[in-house]
Amino acid sequence: MSAMRLMVTVSSALFCLGVYGVLTRRSAIAILLAIELILNAATLNFVIFGRALGNPQAQAFALFIIALAACEAAIGLAIIIGLYRNAKTIWADQARILRG
Amino acid sequence: MDIGTIAFAACAGGFAVLVLTSAVLVVLVKNLFRAALSLGLVLLGVAGLFILLEAEFLAFVQVLVYVGAILTLVVFAVMLTAREQAQSAAAPSSRAQLPAAMASIALFGILTFVGQSLVMPSADPGPVSLTRLGEELITELVLPFEVISLVFVAALVGAILLAMSPKPPMPSASK
Repeated sequence: MSAMRLMVTVSSALFCLGVYGVLTRRSAIAILLAIELILNAATLNFVIFGRALGNPQAQAFALFIIALAACEAAIGLAIIIGLYRNAKTIWADQARILRG
Repeated sequence: MDIGTIAFAACAGGFAVLVLTSAVLVVLVKNLFRAALSLGLVLLGVAGLFILLEAEFLAFVQVLVYVGAILTLVVFAVMLTAREQAQSAAAPSSRAQLPAAMASIALFGILTFVGQSLVMPSADPGPVSLTRLGEELITELVLPFEVISLVFVAALVGAILLAMSPKPPMPSASK
């Protein structure tokens, strides 16, 4: 069971690295990559505790997270392509064409 | 401690090191293409952890959906916007690195501190079988399952609509 603890620690570290990436990155694509790290940490936690408790619903929710991550990546990248086409930038803090 | 336990711990440690080092690369490397490739390593490492947790189906889905689909999308987006990144004179540096590092380290500390009090059940309940997972998906969790399908349709239509060029013919690439 100590391996489970190690994996829980890995998942929290993954989550915190993702938070660091979201906070520091300026490129919108890199922020999206960091969000993928956060989602993966959540999935990993679901699977670990589902395995420890023998609950099949945990894996089902991990599947849902993966599906939602796919949707999120598709929409996010479409928005970034649209932003690049309209504002000629991929830096998240230069996207201010909606500012009055 | 038998040989199986030791091998399991060694594999878990190896995958943990792989996941963490490539995750650090994902958030630190300047070159976005390399960051995307490191994300692929993270995803493969997590799939390995899934296999160790006897969730083979999830590992398969992870490789198929994440490495196969999402990573391809990301690489496409990186290449489509490569010209902007090439003018790296205008590329701003990372912002507020020190506060962000302190915040995430504090977050990690809190998470580990809270995790200390977790009591893992000592009895091994055995792996979750794929049959039970499938039954769960079409009985107990059928509503979330259907909602996810709806979200998929909405996301597909939305992504096509957002990325569609305003003019039906391809926008002139020469500019």
